[in-house]
Amino acid sequence: MIEGLVALYIFMLAAVVGYEVIAKVPVILHTPLMSGSNFIHGIVLVGAMIALGHADTNLEKAIGFIGVMLATGNAVGGYFVTERMLEMFKSSKGDKK
Amino acid sequence: MIDNWETFLIEGIYFLAAILFILGLKKMSSPVTARGGIIWAGVGMILATLATFLTPHLSNLDLIVIAIVLGATPAWWSAKKVAMANMPQMIALYNGMGGGAAAAIAGVELIRASSGHELSTTVQTLAVLGAIIGTISFSGSIIAFAKLQGLIKKSLLFNKQQIINLVLFIFLLVLGAVIVYMGSVPVIVIILFFMVALLFGVLVTIPIGGADMPVVISLFNALTGLAVAFEGFVLSNAAMIIAGTVVGAAGTLLTQLMARAMNRPISNVLFSGFGAADGQEATDDVGIEGSLKPIDATDAAIMMAYAEQVIIIPGYGMAVAQAQHKIWELTRALIDRGVRVKFAIHPVAGRMPGHMNVLLAEAGVPYDIIFDLEEINAEFEQSDVALVIGANDVVNPIARTDPNSPIYGMPILSADKAKNVVVIKRGKGTGFSGVENHLFYADNTRMLYGDGQKMAGELLQGVKEL
Repeated sequence: MIEGLVALYIFMLAAVVGYEVIAKVPVILHTPLMSGSNFIHGIVLVGAMIALGHADTNLEKAIGFIGVMLATGNAVGGYFVTERMLEMFKSSKGDKK
Repeated sequence: MIDNWETFLIEGIYFLAAILFILGLKKMSSPVTARGGIIWAGVGMILATLATFLTPHLSNLDLIVIAIVLGATPAWWSAKKVAMANMPQMIALYNGMGGGAAAAIAGVELIRASSGHELSTTVQTLAVLGAIIGTISFSGSIIAFAKLQGLIKKSLLFNKQQIINLVLFIFLLVLGAVIVYMGSVPVIVIILFFMVALLFGVLVTIPIGGADMPVVISLFNALTGLAVAFEGFVLSNAAMIIAGTVVGAAGTLLTQLMARAMNRPISNVLFSGFGAADGQEATDDVGIEGSLKPIDATDAAIMMAYAEQVIIIPGYGMAVAQAQHKIWELTRALIDRGVRVKFAIHPVAGRMPGHMNVLLAEAGVPYDIIFDLEEINAEFEQSDVALVIGANDVVNPIARTDPNSPIYGMPILSADKAKNVVVIKRGKGTGFSGVENHLFYADNTRMLYGDGQKMAGELLQGVKEL
Protein backbone atom coordinates (compact mmCIF):
# COMPACT_ATOMS: atom_id res chain seq x y z
CA MET A 1 0.00 0.00 0.00
CA ILE A 2 1.39 3.36 -0.97
CA GLU A 3 0.51 5.80 1.77
CA GLY A 4 -0.47 9.46 1.70
CA LEU A 5 2.72 11.48 1.68
CA VAL A 6 4.75 8.97 -0.32
CA ALA A 7 2.00 8.98 -2.91
CA LEU A 8 2.11 12.77 -2.97
CA TYR A 9 5.90 12.71 -3.48
CA ILE A 10 5.59 10.27 -6.36
CA PHE A 11 2.83 12.38 -7.88
CA MET A 12 4.84 15.59 -7.59
CA LEU A 13 8.10 14.19 -8.95
CA ALA A 14 6.36 12.44 -11.83
CA ALA A 15 4.58 15.68 -12.72
CA VAL A 16 7.90 17.54 -12.85
CA VAL A 17 9.39 14.83 -15.05
CA GLY A 18 6.43 14.98 -17.44
CA TYR A 19 6.67 18.75 -17.65
CA GLU A 20 10.44 18.76 -18.22
CA VAL A 21 10.33 16.09 -20.91
CA ILE A 22 7.94 18.09 -23.07
CA ALA A 23 9.28 21.56 -22.36
CA LYS A 24 12.03 21.52 -25.01
CA VAL A 25 10.37 19.64 -27.81
CA PRO A 26 10.27 20.85 -31.45
CA VAL A 27 6.84 21.33 -33.01
CA ILE A 28 7.45 18.53 -35.52
CA LEU A 29 7.34 16.03 -32.69
CA HIS A 30 4.19 17.30 -31.00
CA THR A 31 1.87 14.82 -32.68
CA PRO A 32 4.19 11.79 -32.27
CA LEU A 33 4.76 12.80 -28.68
CA MET A 34 1.05 13.12 -27.98
CA SER A 35 0.64 9.72 -29.56
CA GLY A 36 3.54 8.34 -27.53
CA SER A 37 2.17 9.66 -24.25
CA ASN A 38 -1.20 8.28 -25.31
CA PHE A 39 0.49 4.88 -25.53
CA ILE A 40 2.14 5.28 -22.13
CA HIS A 41 -1.14 5.75 -20.29
CA GLY A 42 -2.00 2.36 -21.77
CA ILE A 43 -0.36 1.15 -18.54
CA VAL A 44 -3.95 1.34 -17.29
CA LEU A 45 -4.01 -2.23 -18.64
CA VAL A 46 -2.12 -3.35 -15.55
CA GLY A 47 -4.78 -1.83 -13.32
CA ALA A 48 -7.62 -3.23 -15.39
CA MET A 49 -6.07 -6.70 -15.11
CA ILE A 50 -5.86 -6.37 -11.33
CA ALA A 51 -9.44 -5.10 -11.16
CA LEU A 52 -10.74 -7.99 -13.27
CA GLY A 53 -8.46 -10.32 -11.32
CA HIS A 54 -10.26 -9.67 -8.06
CA ALA A 55 -13.77 -9.20 -9.45
CA ASP A 56 -16.35 -11.46 -7.79
CA THR A 57 -19.85 -10.84 -9.10
CA ASN A 58 -20.83 -11.09 -12.75
CA LEU A 59 -21.36 -7.33 -12.95
CA GLU A 60 -17.84 -6.68 -11.66
CA LYS A 61 -16.44 -9.26 -14.05
CA ALA A 62 -18.29 -7.69 -17.00
CA ILE A 63 -17.02 -4.20 -16.19
CA GLY A 64 -13.51 -5.50 -15.56
CA PHE A 65 -13.59 -7.43 -18.84
CA ILE A 66 -14.57 -4.29 -20.76
CA GLY A 67 -11.86 -2.40 -18.89
CA VAL A 68 -9.14 -4.87 -19.90
CA MET A 69 -10.37 -4.81 -23.49
CA LEU A 70 -10.36 -1.02 -23.67
CA ALA A 71 -6.97 -0.77 -21.96
CA THR A 72 -5.44 -3.26 -24.38
CA GLY A 73 -6.87 -1.24 -27.25
CA ASN A 74 -5.24 1.87 -25.83
CA ALA A 75 -1.85 0.22 -25.43
CA VAL A 76 -1.74 -1.77 -28.67
CA GLY A 77 -3.32 0.89 -30.89
CA GLY A 78 -1.24 3.62 -29.27
CA TYR A 79 1.97 1.69 -29.83
CA PHE A 80 1.50 0.90 -33.50
CA VAL A 81 0.21 4.34 -34.45
CA THR A 82 3.20 5.96 -32.75
CA GLU A 83 5.63 3.52 -34.30
CA ARG A 84 4.25 4.17 -37.78
CA MET A 85 4.48 7.89 -37.26
CA LEU A 86 8.04 7.77 -35.99
CA GLU A 87 9.10 5.42 -38.77
CA MET A 88 8.96 8.41 -41.08
CA PHE A 89 11.75 10.08 -39.21
CA LYS A 90 14.04 7.17 -39.96
CA SER A 91 15.30 8.17 -43.37
CA SER A 92 15.35 11.91 -42.78
CA LYS A 93 18.71 13.54 -42.51
CA GLY A 94 19.88 16.95 -41.41
CA ASP A 95 17.64 17.26 -38.36
CA LYS A 96 19.07 20.28 -36.74
CA LYS A 97 16.27 20.82 -34.31
CA MET B 1 5.21 -4.24 2.80
CA ILE B 2 7.13 -6.58 0.55
CA ASP B 3 6.22 -9.97 1.93
CA ASN B 4 7.24 -12.47 -0.71
CA TRP B 5 9.33 -12.86 -3.82
CA GLU B 6 6.42 -12.35 -6.22
CA THR B 7 5.58 -8.97 -4.81
CA PHE B 8 9.25 -8.04 -4.82
CA LEU B 9 9.65 -9.12 -8.44
CA ILE B 10 6.45 -7.36 -9.53
CA GLU B 11 7.35 -4.11 -7.81
CA GLY B 12 10.87 -4.31 -9.27
CA ILE B 13 9.53 -4.77 -12.78
CA TYR B 14 7.00 -1.93 -12.36
CA PHE B 15 9.87 0.30 -11.28
CA LEU B 16 11.87 -0.74 -14.33
CA ALA B 17 8.84 -0.14 -16.57
CA ALA B 18 8.36 3.35 -15.13
CA ILE B 19 12.01 4.17 -15.89
CA LEU B 20 11.62 2.81 -19.43
CA PHE B 21 8.51 4.98 -19.95
CA ILE B 22 10.25 8.15 -18.84
CA LEU B 23 13.40 7.45 -20.84
CA GLY B 24 11.28 6.46 -23.83
CA LEU B 25 9.32 9.70 -23.64
CA LYS B 26 12.59 11.60 -23.32
CA LYS B 27 13.97 9.91 -26.43
CA MET B 28 10.73 10.66 -28.27
CA SER B 29 11.32 14.38 -27.80
CA SER B 30 14.18 14.44 -30.29
CA PRO B 31 13.79 13.44 -33.95
CA VAL B 32 17.04 11.49 -33.96
CA THR B 33 16.20 9.15 -31.11
CA ALA B 34 12.42 9.19 -31.40
CA ARG B 35 12.08 5.73 -32.91
CA GLY B 36 14.09 4.10 -30.15
CA GLY B 37 11.90 5.88 -27.62
CA ILE B 38 8.66 4.13 -28.50
CA ILE B 39 10.43 0.76 -28.50
CA TRP B 40 11.77 1.37 -24.97
CA ALA B 41 8.31 2.34 -23.79
CA GLY B 42 6.89 -0.73 -25.55
CA VAL B 43 9.33 -3.03 -23.74
CA GLY B 44 8.30 -1.39 -20.46
CA MET B 45 4.65 -2.05 -21.24
CA ILE B 46 5.22 -5.73 -22.06
CA LEU B 47 7.29 -6.26 -18.91
CA ALA B 48 4.67 -4.57 -16.73
CA THR B 49 1.85 -6.62 -18.29
CA LEU B 50 3.71 -9.91 -17.86
CA ALA B 51 4.61 -9.03 -14.27
CA THR B 52 0.95 -8.38 -13.49
CA PHE B 53 0.14 -12.01 -14.31
CA LEU B 54 2.28 -12.94 -11.28
CA THR B 55 0.07 -10.92 -8.91
CA PRO B 56 -0.87 -13.15 -5.97
CA HIS B 57 -4.52 -14.27 -5.85
CA LEU B 58 -5.24 -13.10 -9.39
CA SER B 59 -8.37 -14.90 -10.50
CA ASN B 60 -10.36 -14.80 -13.75
CA LEU B 61 -7.15 -15.44 -15.68
CA ASP B 62 -9.10 -16.91 -18.58
CA LEU B 63 -11.25 -13.79 -18.84
CA ILE B 64 -8.17 -11.56 -18.68
CA VAL B 65 -6.48 -13.38 -21.54
CA ILE B 66 -9.63 -13.39 -23.68
CA ALA B 67 -10.17 -9.67 -23.06
CA ILE B 68 -6.57 -8.88 -24.00
CA VAL B 69 -6.85 -10.83 -27.25
CA LEU B 70 -10.23 -9.25 -28.07
CA GLY B 71 -8.90 -5.77 -27.33
CA ALA B 72 -5.55 -6.18 -29.06
CA THR B 73 -6.69 -7.60 -32.39
CA PRO B 74 -8.90 -4.77 -33.68
CA ALA B 75 -6.55 -2.13 -32.25
CA TRP B 76 -3.53 -3.69 -33.94
CA TRP B 77 -5.41 -4.08 -37.20
CA SER B 78 -6.80 -0.54 -37.25
CA ALA B 79 -3.50 1.05 -36.21
CA LYS B 80 -1.71 -0.73 -39.04
CA LYS B 81 -4.38 -0.04 -41.65
CA VAL B 82 -5.42 3.54 -41.07
CA ALA B 83 -4.18 6.18 -43.48
CA MET B 84 -1.62 8.65 -42.14
CA ALA B 85 -4.08 11.50 -42.61
CA ASN B 86 -6.53 9.88 -40.20
CA MET B 87 -4.02 9.48 -37.38
CA PRO B 88 -5.44 12.26 -35.18
CA GLN B 89 -8.83 10.60 -34.81
CA MET B 90 -7.17 7.26 -34.09
CA ILE B 91 -5.21 8.88 -31.27
CA ALA B 92 -8.49 10.29 -29.98
CA LEU B 93 -10.07 6.84 -30.15
CA TYR B 94 -7.25 4.97 -28.39
CA ASN B 95 -7.09 7.73 -25.82
CA GLY B 96 -10.82 7.37 -25.17
CA MET B 97 -10.29 3.65 -24.61
CA GLY B 98 -7.69 4.41 -21.95
CA GLY B 99 -10.09 6.79 -20.22
CA GLY B 100 -12.82 4.16 -20.40
CA ALA B 101 -10.48 1.57 -18.88
CA ALA B 102 -9.63 3.89 -15.97
CA ALA B 103 -13.36 4.46 -15.45
CA ALA B 104 -13.96 0.69 -15.56
CA ILE B 105 -11.36 0.15 -12.82
CA ALA B 106 -13.14 2.75 -10.72
CA GLY B 107 -16.43 1.03 -11.51
CA VAL B 108 -15.21 -2.34 -10.26
CA GLU B 109 -13.67 -0.85 -7.12
CA LEU B 110 -16.73 1.26 -6.28
CA ILE B 111 -19.10 -1.67 -6.76
CA ARG B 112 -16.84 -3.84 -4.62
CA ALA B 113 -16.88 -1.10 -2.00
CA SER B 114 -20.66 -1.26 -1.93
CA SER B 115 -20.54 -5.00 -1.28
CA GLY B 116 -18.23 -5.08 1.69
CA HIS B 117 -14.67 -4.35 0.42
CA GLU B 118 -14.70 -0.86 1.84
CA LEU B 119 -12.13 1.73 0.83
CA SER B 120 -10.68 4.54 2.93
CA THR B 121 -12.15 7.99 2.29
CA THR B 122 -9.01 9.17 0.50
CA VAL B 123 -8.95 6.18 -1.80
CA GLN B 124 -12.69 6.43 -2.42
CA THR B 125 -12.30 10.12 -3.32
CA LEU B 126 -9.52 9.35 -5.77
CA ALA B 127 -11.54 6.51 -7.27
CA VAL B 128 -14.48 8.85 -7.81
CA LEU B 129 -12.31 11.63 -9.27
CA GLY B 130 -10.59 9.16 -11.60
CA ALA B 131 -14.00 7.83 -12.60
CA ILE B 132 -15.29 11.31 -13.46
CA ILE B 133 -12.20 12.29 -15.42
CA GLY B 134 -11.80 8.95 -17.16
CA THR B 135 -15.45 8.76 -18.19
CA ILE B 136 -15.49 12.31 -19.55
CA SER B 137 -12.31 11.57 -21.47
CA PHE B 138 -13.91 8.38 -22.79
CA SER B 139 -17.15 9.83 -24.16
CA GLY B 140 -15.49 13.12 -25.15
CA SER B 141 -12.78 11.36 -27.14
CA ILE B 142 -15.36 9.21 -28.90
CA ILE B 143 -17.18 12.38 -29.97
CA ALA B 144 -13.87 13.93 -31.09
CA PHE B 145 -13.18 10.78 -33.10
CA ALA B 146 -16.65 10.85 -34.66
CA LYS B 147 -16.26 14.50 -35.61
CA LEU B 148 -12.83 14.12 -37.19
CA GLN B 149 -13.95 10.96 -38.98
CA GLY B 150 -16.85 12.96 -40.40
CA LEU B 151 -19.50 10.87 -38.62
CA ILE B 152 -20.77 14.02 -36.93
CA LYS B 153 -20.71 16.93 -39.31
CA LYS B 154 -22.05 19.90 -37.42
CA SER B 155 -21.02 21.57 -34.22
CA LEU B 156 -24.26 21.11 -32.34
CA LEU B 157 -25.34 23.99 -30.22
CA PHE B 158 -28.59 24.45 -28.45
CA ASN B 159 -30.12 26.99 -26.16
CA LYS B 160 -28.88 27.28 -22.61
CA GLN B 161 -26.24 24.68 -23.38
CA GLN B 162 -23.71 26.07 -20.96
CA ILE B 163 -26.24 26.27 -18.16
CA ILE B 164 -27.31 22.68 -18.79
CA ASN B 165 -23.66 21.61 -18.77
CA LEU B 166 -23.04 23.46 -15.54
CA VAL B 167 -26.09 21.95 -13.85
CA LEU B 168 -25.08 18.51 -15.08
CA PHE B 169 -21.54 18.98 -13.80
CA ILE B 170 -22.75 20.05 -10.36
CA PHE B 171 -25.10 17.08 -10.28
CA LEU B 172 -22.14 14.86 -11.19
CA LEU B 173 -20.04 16.29 -8.36
CA VAL B 174 -22.91 15.88 -5.91
CA LEU B 175 -23.34 12.24 -6.93
CA GLY B 176 -19.59 11.74 -6.51
CA ALA B 177 -19.65 13.38 -3.10
CA VAL B 178 -22.57 11.18 -2.05
CA ILE B 179 -20.63 8.06 -3.08
CA VAL B 180 -17.57 9.19 -1.12
CA TYR B 181 -19.59 10.25 1.93
CA MET B 182 -21.73 7.11 2.12
CA GLY B 183 -18.79 4.79 1.43
CA SER B 184 -21.10 2.18 0.02
CA VAL B 185 -24.12 3.05 -2.07
CA PRO B 186 -26.59 0.96 -4.08
CA VAL B 187 -25.20 -0.09 -7.45
CA ILE B 188 -27.93 1.89 -9.20
CA VAL B 189 -26.44 5.14 -7.84
CA ILE B 190 -23.02 4.19 -9.20
CA ILE B 191 -24.55 3.44 -12.60
CA LEU B 192 -26.39 6.79 -12.57
CA PHE B 193 -23.10 8.49 -11.64
CA PHE B 194 -21.32 6.99 -14.66
CA MET B 195 -24.24 7.76 -16.98
CA VAL B 196 -24.18 11.44 -15.99
CA ALA B 197 -20.40 11.56 -16.52
CA LEU B 198 -20.79 9.98 -19.97
CA LEU B 199 -23.46 12.47 -20.95
CA PHE B 200 -21.40 15.38 -19.67
CA GLY B 201 -18.41 14.28 -21.79
CA VAL B 202 -20.63 14.20 -24.87
CA LEU B 203 -22.26 17.57 -24.23
CA VAL B 204 -18.97 19.30 -23.50
CA THR B 205 -17.29 18.06 -26.66
CA ILE B 206 -20.10 18.28 -29.16
CA PRO B 207 -20.13 22.09 -29.60
CA ILE B 208 -16.37 22.21 -30.14
CA GLY B 209 -15.17 22.22 -33.69
CA GLY B 210 -12.64 23.52 -36.12
CA ALA B 211 -9.13 24.35 -35.20
CA ASP B 212 -9.93 23.70 -31.56
CA MET B 213 -10.13 19.93 -31.92
CA PRO B 214 -6.39 19.27 -31.53
CA VAL B 215 -6.39 21.17 -28.26
CA VAL B 216 -9.32 19.13 -27.03
CA ILE B 217 -7.74 15.79 -27.96
CA SER B 218 -4.55 16.82 -26.23
CA LEU B 219 -6.54 17.86 -23.17
CA PHE B 220 -8.38 14.53 -23.07
CA ASN B 221 -5.00 12.80 -23.40
CA ALA B 222 -3.77 14.64 -20.31
CA LEU B 223 -7.03 13.87 -18.50
CA THR B 224 -6.76 10.17 -19.23
CA GLY B 225 -3.23 10.25 -17.82
CA LEU B 226 -4.56 11.85 -14.66
CA ALA B 227 -7.41 9.36 -14.38
CA VAL B 228 -4.91 6.51 -14.73
CA ALA B 229 -2.75 8.04 -11.99
CA PHE B 230 -5.77 8.34 -9.64
CA GLU B 231 -6.80 4.75 -10.24
CA GLY B 232 -3.15 3.86 -9.66
CA PHE B 233 -3.49 5.30 -6.15
CA VAL B 234 -6.65 3.25 -5.65
CA LEU B 235 -4.83 0.05 -6.58
CA SER B 236 -1.51 1.15 -4.94
CA ASN B 237 0.16 0.59 -8.26
CA ALA B 238 3.33 2.69 -8.63
CA ALA B 239 3.69 2.07 -12.38
CA MET B 240 0.23 3.51 -13.03
CA ILE B 241 0.79 6.48 -10.74
CA ILE B 242 4.09 7.43 -12.34
CA ALA B 243 3.14 6.81 -15.98
CA GLY B 244 -0.27 8.44 -15.56
CA THR B 245 1.11 11.51 -13.84
CA VAL B 246 3.91 11.95 -16.38
CA VAL B 247 1.35 11.85 -19.18
CA GLY B 248 -0.98 14.14 -17.26
CA ALA B 249 1.74 16.77 -16.82
CA ALA B 250 3.22 16.42 -20.29
CA GLY B 251 -0.23 16.48 -21.85
CA THR B 252 -1.25 19.57 -19.91
CA LEU B 253 1.83 21.43 -21.08
CA LEU B 254 1.30 20.29 -24.66
CA THR B 255 -2.31 21.49 -24.46
CA GLN B 256 -1.15 24.88 -23.23
CA LEU B 257 1.42 25.17 -26.01
CA MET B 258 -1.29 24.47 -28.57
CA ALA B 259 -3.82 26.83 -27.06
CA ARG B 260 -1.18 29.54 -26.88
CA ALA B 261 -0.39 29.04 -30.56
CA MET B 262 -4.02 29.84 -31.25
CA ASN B 263 -4.08 32.73 -28.85
CA ARG B 264 -7.07 31.25 -27.06
CA PRO B 265 -7.15 30.39 -23.37
CA ILE B 266 -8.16 26.78 -22.75
CA SER B 267 -11.27 27.86 -20.88
CA ASN B 268 -12.31 29.72 -23.99
CA VAL B 269 -11.86 26.63 -26.14
CA LEU B 270 -13.95 24.53 -23.81
CA PHE B 271 -16.77 26.81 -22.85
CA SER B 272 -17.32 29.29 -25.64
CA GLY B 273 -18.38 26.86 -28.36
CA PHE B 274 -16.30 27.66 -31.40
CA GLY B 275 -18.30 29.53 -34.00
CA ALA B 276 -21.28 29.93 -31.73
CA ALA B 277 -24.67 29.77 -33.37
CA ASP B 278 -25.16 33.49 -33.80
CA GLY B 279 -21.56 34.03 -34.89
CA GLN B 280 -21.95 31.64 -37.77
CA GLU B 281 -24.81 33.53 -39.27
CA ALA B 282 -23.28 36.91 -38.68
CA THR B 283 -20.12 36.13 -40.62
CA ASP B 284 -21.88 35.00 -43.77
CA ASP B 285 -20.73 37.22 -46.61
CA VAL B 286 -20.55 40.26 -44.36
CA GLY B 287 -18.10 42.83 -45.66
CA ILE B 288 -16.55 40.64 -48.33
CA GLU B 289 -15.28 42.61 -51.27
CA GLY B 290 -14.25 41.23 -54.61
CA SER B 291 -15.05 37.87 -56.13
CA LEU B 292 -13.62 34.40 -56.41
CA LYS B 293 -11.29 34.33 -59.41
CA PRO B 294 -10.52 30.86 -60.77
CA ILE B 295 -7.25 29.96 -62.47
CA ASP B 296 -6.28 26.81 -64.33
CA ALA B 297 -3.32 24.63 -63.42
CA THR B 298 -1.19 25.58 -66.43
CA ASP B 299 -1.31 29.30 -65.66
CA ALA B 300 -0.62 28.67 -61.99
CA ALA B 301 2.32 26.45 -62.94
CA ILE B 302 3.80 29.22 -65.09
CA MET B 303 3.36 31.70 -62.27
CA MET B 304 5.27 29.43 -59.89
CA ALA B 305 7.95 28.32 -62.34
CA TYR B 306 9.04 31.90 -62.99
CA ALA B 307 8.88 32.95 -59.36
CA GLU B 308 11.91 33.63 -57.23
CA GLN B 309 10.40 32.39 -54.01
CA VAL B 310 7.35 30.21 -53.44
CA ILE B 311 5.91 29.46 -50.03
CA ILE B 312 3.68 26.41 -49.74
CA ILE B 313 1.06 26.38 -47.00
CA PRO B 314 -0.38 22.93 -46.43
CA GLY B 315 -3.54 22.28 -44.46
CA TYR B 316 -5.97 19.51 -43.66
CA GLY B 317 -7.06 19.38 -47.30
CA MET B 318 -3.59 18.14 -48.23
CA ALA B 319 -3.94 15.35 -45.67
CA VAL B 320 -7.35 14.33 -46.98
CA ALA B 321 -6.18 14.33 -50.59
CA GLN B 322 -2.93 12.53 -49.69
CA ALA B 323 -1.25 15.19 -51.81
CA GLN B 324 2.04 15.41 -49.89
CA HIS B 325 4.00 13.18 -52.29
CA LYS B 326 2.89 15.10 -55.38
CA ILE B 327 3.60 18.36 -53.58
CA TRP B 328 7.14 17.23 -52.84
CA GLU B 329 7.63 16.24 -56.51
CA LEU B 330 6.35 19.65 -57.52
CA THR B 331 8.72 21.25 -55.01
CA ARG B 332 11.71 19.38 -56.45
CA ALA B 333 10.74 20.37 -59.99
CA LEU B 334 10.58 24.01 -58.89
CA ILE B 335 13.90 23.79 -57.02
CA ASP B 336 15.49 22.29 -60.14
CA ARG B 337 14.39 25.40 -62.00
CA GLY B 338 16.06 27.60 -59.40
CA VAL B 339 12.97 28.61 -57.48
CA ARG B 340 13.37 28.92 -53.71
CA VAL B 341 10.61 26.86 -52.13
CA LYS B 342 9.69 26.95 -48.47
CA PHE B 343 6.96 25.30 -46.46
CA ALA B 344 5.06 27.32 -43.88
CA ILE B 345 3.39 25.32 -41.15
CA HIS B 346 0.80 26.88 -38.92
CA PRO B 347 0.87 25.45 -35.38
CA VAL B 348 -2.65 24.10 -35.73
CA ALA B 349 -2.64 23.29 -39.44
CA GLY B 350 -4.39 20.00 -39.98
CA ARG B 351 -6.03 18.48 -36.98
CA MET B 352 -3.04 18.37 -34.64
CA PRO B 353 0.15 20.30 -34.07
CA GLY B 354 2.86 18.70 -36.13
CA HIS B 355 0.28 16.88 -38.25
CA MET B 356 1.60 18.54 -41.41
CA ASN B 357 5.20 17.92 -40.42
CA VAL B 358 4.48 14.22 -40.09
CA LEU B 359 2.87 14.08 -43.53
CA LEU B 360 5.68 16.07 -45.16
CA ALA B 361 8.24 13.86 -43.44
CA GLU B 362 6.37 10.87 -44.84
CA ALA B 363 6.78 12.30 -48.34
CA GLY B 364 10.49 12.95 -47.71
CA VAL B 365 10.52 16.75 -47.45
CA PRO B 366 13.69 17.78 -45.56
CA TYR B 367 13.24 19.71 -42.32
CA ASP B 368 15.40 22.63 -43.37
CA ILE B 369 12.83 23.96 -45.83
CA ILE B 370 9.95 23.67 -43.35
CA PHE B 371 9.30 26.71 -41.20
CA ASP B 372 7.10 27.67 -38.26
CA LEU B 373 4.76 30.63 -38.26
CA GLU B 374 7.13 33.03 -36.48
CA GLU B 375 10.08 32.05 -38.65
CA ILE B 376 8.41 32.65 -41.97
CA ASN B 377 5.68 35.25 -41.54
CA ALA B 378 7.97 38.16 -42.44
CA GLU B 379 8.98 36.45 -45.68
CA PHE B 380 5.61 36.49 -47.40
CA GLU B 381 6.10 40.07 -48.55
CA GLN B 382 9.16 39.02 -50.54
CA SER B 383 7.49 35.97 -52.00
CA ASP B 384 6.07 35.85 -55.48
CA VAL B 385 3.62 33.04 -54.87
CA ALA B 386 1.97 31.64 -51.77
CA LEU B 387 0.48 28.25 -52.62
CA VAL B 388 -2.27 27.37 -50.18
CA ILE B 389 -3.21 23.72 -50.39
CA GLY B 390 -6.17 22.65 -48.33
CA ALA B 391 -5.57 25.24 -45.63
CA ASN B 392 -8.30 27.74 -44.82
CA ASP B 393 -8.80 29.15 -41.34
CA VAL B 394 -5.04 29.46 -40.71
CA VAL B 395 -4.66 31.95 -43.57
CA ASN B 396 -7.89 33.87 -43.00
CA PRO B 397 -6.99 37.56 -42.59
CA ILE B 398 -10.29 38.11 -40.76
CA ALA B 399 -8.48 36.81 -37.67
CA ARG B 400 -6.51 40.06 -37.73
CA THR B 401 -9.30 42.44 -38.53
CA ASP B 402 -12.73 41.42 -37.32
CA PRO B 403 -13.20 41.31 -33.55
CA ASN B 404 -16.61 39.68 -34.05
CA SER B 405 -15.18 36.68 -35.84
CA PRO B 406 -14.88 33.49 -33.83
CA ILE B 407 -11.28 33.12 -34.95
CA TYR B 408 -10.35 36.73 -34.13
CA GLY B 409 -6.96 36.95 -32.45
CA MET B 410 -5.61 33.65 -33.71
CA PRO B 411 -2.16 34.23 -35.26
CA ILE B 412 -2.32 33.46 -38.96
CA LEU B 413 0.11 32.92 -41.79
CA SER B 414 0.23 36.17 -43.75
CA ALA B 415 -0.33 34.53 -47.11
CA ASP B 416 -2.28 37.60 -48.21
CA LYS B 417 0.96 39.63 -48.15
CA ALA B 418 2.52 37.57 -50.94
CA LYS B 419 2.45 39.07 -54.44
CA ASN B 420 0.25 36.25 -55.71
CA VAL B 421 -1.77 33.69 -53.86
CA VAL B 422 -2.89 30.41 -55.40
CA VAL B 423 -5.44 28.46 -53.41
CA ILE B 424 -6.03 24.78 -54.18
CA LYS B 425 -9.45 23.90 -52.88
CA ARG B 426 -12.06 21.28 -53.60
CA GLY B 427 -15.11 23.50 -53.56
CA LYS B 428 -16.44 26.82 -52.44
CA GLY B 429 -17.28 25.75 -48.89
CA THR B 430 -15.97 27.39 -45.77
CA GLY B 431 -13.26 25.98 -43.52
CA PHE B 432 -13.82 23.73 -40.56
CA SER B 433 -14.75 26.71 -38.43
CA GLY B 434 -17.51 27.67 -40.86
CA VAL B 435 -16.05 31.15 -41.30
CA GLU B 436 -15.93 32.73 -44.75
CA ASN B 437 -12.34 33.37 -45.86
CA HIS B 438 -11.66 36.88 -47.12
CA LEU B 439 -8.30 35.84 -48.53
CA PHE B 440 -10.07 33.93 -51.30
CA TYR B 441 -11.74 37.13 -52.48
CA ALA B 442 -8.61 39.25 -52.46
CA ASP B 443 -7.34 40.86 -55.68
CA ASN B 444 -4.07 38.92 -55.67
CA THR B 445 -5.73 35.55 -55.06
CA ARG B 446 -6.56 32.94 -57.68
CA MET B 447 -8.58 29.83 -56.95
CA LEU B 448 -7.49 26.47 -58.35
CA TYR B 449 -10.52 24.24 -57.84
CA GLY B 450 -10.02 20.50 -57.58
CA ASP B 451 -8.72 17.61 -55.55
CA GLY B 452 -5.38 18.46 -53.93
CA GLN B 453 -3.47 15.50 -55.28
CA LYS B 454 -4.84 15.87 -58.81
CA MET B 455 -4.13 19.60 -58.92
CA ALA B 456 -0.61 19.13 -57.53
CA GLY B 457 -0.07 16.58 -60.32
CA GLU B 458 -1.31 19.04 -62.93
CA LEU B 459 0.90 21.79 -61.54
CA LEU B 460 3.87 19.39 -61.69
CA GLN B 461 2.96 18.56 -65.29
CA GLY B 462 2.71 22.25 -66.08
CA VAL B 463 6.10 23.04 -64.58
CA LYS B 464 7.78 20.13 -66.34
CA GLU B 465 6.37 21.11 -69.73
CA LEU B 466 7.89 24.58 -69.63
